[in-house]
Amino acid sequence: MENRIRILLLSAVVLAAGCSHMPWRKDAPEAEPPPPPEAGQAPVVIEPQVERREVKPAKIDTENWEAGIYVGSLSVEDFEVNPVFGARIAYHISEDFFAEAIAGTSDAGLSSFERLSGGAPLLTDSERQFTYYSLGFGWNALPGEIFLGGKHAYNSALYLTLGAGGTRFAGDDHFTLTAGAGVRVLLKDWLAVHLDMRDHVMEIDVLGSNKTSHNYEASLGVTAFF
Amino acid sequence: MARLAACGLLIFLATMGVAGAEGLSVTVADPYLELRTGPGRGFPVFHVVERGESVEVETRRTDWFQVVDAGGHEGWVHKSQMAETLIPAGVKMEIDDPGREDFGTHRREVGLLVGDYGGANVITVYGSYAFNEHLAGEVALSHLLGNFSDGQYATIGVTHVPVPEWRIQPFLSIGTGVINVQPKGTLTGTQERTDQVAYAGIGVRAYIARRFIVRGEYKEYVVFTDRDENEEDIEWKIGFAFFF
Repeated sequence: MENRIRILLLSAVVLAAGCSHMPWRKDAPEAEPPPPPEAGQAPVVIEPQVERREVKPAKIDTENWEAGIYVGSLSVEDFEVNPVFGARIAYHISEDFFAEAIAGTSDAGLSSFERLSGGAPLLTDSERQFTYYSLGFGWNALPGEIFLGGKHAYNSALYLTLGAGGTRFAGDDHFTLTAGAGVRVLLKDWLAVHLDMRDHVMEIDVLGSNKTSHNYEASLGVTAFF
Repeated sequence: MARLAACGLLIFLATMGVAGAEGLSVTVADPYLELRTGPGRGFPVFHVVERGESVEVETRRTDWFQVVDAGGHEGWVHKSQMAETLIPAGVKMEIDDPGREDFGTHRREVGLLVGDYGGANVITVYGSYAFNEHLAGEVALSHLLGNFSDGQYATIGVTHVPVPEWRIQPFLSIGTGVINVQPKGTLTGTQERTDQVAYAGIGVRAYIARRFIVRGEYKEYVVFTDRDENEEDIEWKIGFAFFF
């Protein structure tokens, strides 16, 4: 009897021990031995902490724009010579070329016909206002320096311009081609004086028939580079 | 229109901010740096700065940099020489100018075109923004100057560039807009009118140098009039543009 009990207990212990070693039992974590150190690798003592300097492209102030105003006289064909006021903006693409926008206004006078006939005027006051704009480009044909006396030298350029635009005159808008030549003298690196000659060419029919009208303008202006 | 342009120009002048100058000191790494009296290849060299010395960069005009050295000599240095100087980080000064490789991948483009619209002269200013290399949105303002009528039209559209890698790139365009036409004062019996338009066109743009391109285009317009028949007009234009 005692022997039977002993066998029962023993078999229970064996069973429990056998179950605990069954391969699908995973609830008991097994301590794995650490991997052997690889041959030839020195132990790491210091982590290198090199801080890379970030190199950004330099931010440099550019001065390719030029803007300013001008005053001069405009000869409106058949309608006398009158003062003209205008503004100009240019973008310098390279040392040779620039893009340019100009706009100006003037009040045309009386034509010889109106003056001599003594009759009714051809145009009303608002129609007599000559307002133009022109968009185009220019070429610095002759860059150089202007010398004043022995001590002063100013950078300068003689340039040629060509533009297209519109002119409001005699109650209508007219397609206008503007060709010009000018001299730019830099008093300072940022300040320039311009002397410009321009011809505004358009088709006009104020005096009955269509004709090509040349309107010459001479002006003096100041511009600033920014 | 001309008065409008004059006003626009003045507003543009008033709103243009002057960017603040930021001094950058660079060290000469070439045997010497040539300082010229003006921003151009024709101006004489009046001073040289030797290797190892540093100069302060003040401003830039086109391809020329205005610098001042330790002795107070102020002059203009060409881009090619500036690119060989070292910035304080010890590396060559990087001058990030747009070039041929940027043409086709650029985002913005602004240009001026002149041509003919249905027998009248036309002047157009346009701006475009590229959504990707192939597709761009475009806004254009045009001034129409004819023998019998004047007018303005504004359009908005898209352009498609099939091969943005080429130096000469053909493109297709389609869009819509509004046209306003005023008959000339000498004609009687006709009225000013405003109509909607739609267009389809083809064109080509080509890289010239730096950020500079030329562009030509041909468009066919349909004007949706309130008469029995719509009007069809042909437009061709050529001009130049900048990209940035």
